[in-house]
Amino acid sequence: MVTHTGTWVRATAAAVALLLLGPMTACGSDESGVPTINFYYAQEQNLQKVVDDCNAEAAGKYRISYQVLPRGADDQRVQMVRRLAAEDSGMDVLGLDITWTQEFASADWILEWTGANKSEAEQGTLAGPLESAEYEGKLYAAPKNTNVQLLWYRTDLVPQPPTTWDEMIQQALDLKQQGKPYQVITMGAQYEGLVVLYNTLVASAGGHILNDDGTKAVFDEGAVRGLEILQRFASAGVTHPSFTNTIEDDARLQFQNGEGAFQLNWPFVYPAMQEGAPDLAAKVRWARYPGVDSGTPSKVTIGGYNLAVSKYSKHPDLAFEAALCLRNAEHQKFSAINDGVPPTIESVYNDPEMTKAYPMKDEILAELRDAANRPLTPAYQNVSTVMSATLSPPASIEEEKTAKELRGSIQDALESKGVLP
Amino acid sequence: MTVRPSEGKRAEWRLGWLLCAPAAIVMVAVTAYPILYSVWLSMQRFDLKFPDEREFVGLSNYITVLSNEYWWTAFGVTMLITVVSVAVELVLGMGLAVVMHRTLVGRGLVRTSALIPYGIVTVVAAFSWRYAWTPGTGYLANLFTDGAPLTERASSLAIIILAEIWKTTPFMALLLLAGLALVPDDLLKAASMDGATAWQRFVKVTLPVMKPAILVALLFRTLDAFRVFDNIYVLTAGANETSSVSMLAYNNLLRGLNLGIGSTMSVLIFITVAIMAFIFVKLFGTAAPGSRDEGRR
Repeated sequence: MVTHTGTWVRATAAAVALLLLGPMTACGSDESGVPTINFYYAQEQNLQKVVDDCNAEAAGKYRISYQVLPRGADDQRVQMVRRLAAEDSGMDVLGLDITWTQEFASADWILEWTGANKSEAEQGTLAGPLESAEYEGKLYAAPKNTNVQLLWYRTDLVPQPPTTWDEMIQQALDLKQQGKPYQVITMGAQYEGLVVLYNTLVASAGGHILNDDGTKAVFDEGAVRGLEILQRFASAGVTHPSFTNTIEDDARLQFQNGEGAFQLNWPFVYPAMQEGAPDLAAKVRWARYPGVDSGTPSKVTIGGYNLAVSKYSKHPDLAFEAALCLRNAEHQKFSAINDGVPPTIESVYNDPEMTKAYPMKDEILAELRDAANRPLTPAYQNVSTVMSATLSPPASIEEEKTAKELRGSIQDALESKGVLP
Repeated sequence: MTVRPSEGKRAEWRLGWLLCAPAAIVMVAVTAYPILYSVWLSMQRFDLKFPDEREFVGLSNYITVLSNEYWWTAFGVTMLITVVSVAVELVLGMGLAVVMHRTLVGRGLVRTSALIPYGIVTVVAAFSWRYAWTPGTGYLANLFTDGAPLTERASSLAIIILAEIWKTTPFMALLLLAGLALVPDDLLKAASMDGATAWQRFVKVTLPVMKPAILVALLFRTLDAFRVFDNIYVLTAGANETSSVSMLAYNNLLRGLNLGIGSTMSVLIFITVAIMAFIFVKLFGTAAPGSRDEGRR
């Protein structure tokens, strides 16, 4: 009887020990004693090659292990947030959408970049993407890639690309009257894409949604002007019938089906069009995104990803080094050509290899030199949720009323007083 | 709690407590602490984004939530889903239970096949519903409309309710089947001798005898339906005002990182569920099947 109980106790103890040790062995160093840097980033087809390259360069100093995050942006953020809130030390380098950087910095989840690491991350980096990595005047991440939308137009329908929204709407109306394809295709569903569209309008009109510190909702004249243009565009009869339900890929398909004369979208649409509709692609050219006032060029909202180092990392020094390797000029060029993500280091654009992969690089660079960020605040998720809910559907915006509503609800969102829908 | 010292059976009473004490202690440890902790969180301004601004704010989070239109919209949606799905499930579940009870051949097969929807993981089933209702990938979307039914409010709600009913009717049927087994055959035969029709026997004999089982089934399903989350999360993610209160709490907790407001919502959901259980137990006299006093105290 005694031996019987003893066996049970020992078996249970062994099982418990295994349960506790199991996860630890998974995230510690590997058998050779080389520290593992866990790199959490969204799916990017050829990123593993960059990682392999950095591991070879590190020559045994560290080994980066690429952990692929879920596809959806919300799912990526929720996974990281949940683990950081629990002080999980299994994450070292984090791939953050540029709009999350301030949130993670304010929550004290990521480390500030200082000294030599800081100067290397800033060296030659474009101002817009760099600004997205800063919080309260300090650098919290290194910009890995950026992105910006362009105006794509059909040369067989549009002889001269429009430079302002008014011109574009007028050209579309003229084409409509002539019975030709006329639509202006872009993203208008109730999601981040609508906020990006609106933010570009506000920035191009010289307006502000928040003050410079990101602490108060100012919602000035330019912001109201943005509402007016968005409403006029949505109700002018020039959009696609499913505009209010369109996200990036829907817009690409609508244009690829020949339904539009204009498309406002990210550069990924061009290679896709060359493959899916080569005849149409031959007729399509690109230009700078239209502005608000003639004579004043547009200021276009940027996207992209930043690399940050977790506060709970066991090897922060090596993590900074690894992050710098993953985003250095050579690797940014590789990712730009193979995965279609535009670089944040300006000099990379001058590389001859870039011309073939990016025929539109001059326009991209021109927009990037003069780019707009979305409101830089730790509460951006809340601000964006409130904005997309209020702006949708854009045709029913009522300038003064919507402006008043947004001023109140954005201020509540900043103070984390409000309820998210 | 179900055993009371009625006829001086104190020894039996003590034994009962001793027997359920281990379970009760574990329950308190794993449920009381989180519940009390969320009540404590709900009285604070606590946003993970602003760790330095954590402070005690009393009941002001409750005022914020209860005066917010998103909350009441979600509350209305949740109530609608609960009432409609439970009502339909009761009728369908009763039909299914009678069929399962009366089947003479292949009883095992009938019961097994009726239970399949309940055995499928909700999220998996919800994904197959979503694809079925998406134009292009689905076989149902273009059967009824030209548009995308999951992008409009009324059709989205109908689809969510349908998915709930499909999923949990077998559970309802199973609980009702247990009740049907309680109806004595002699009673039905006696009624039949007195000239009662099949319908009269069902309404006047079967239903009254089954009442405790029906009420338990309704209580379980109502409490369950009020917490609806998975189907909505997968089917619409709350777009077009289709969020339930649980979705709203999730969004504020995990997307907004607002532990104060999110916990307030969790506590409010808890209170609502408690009120529902109270109504069922006190007003309708629901009790665990088999307990002698049938819940009236």
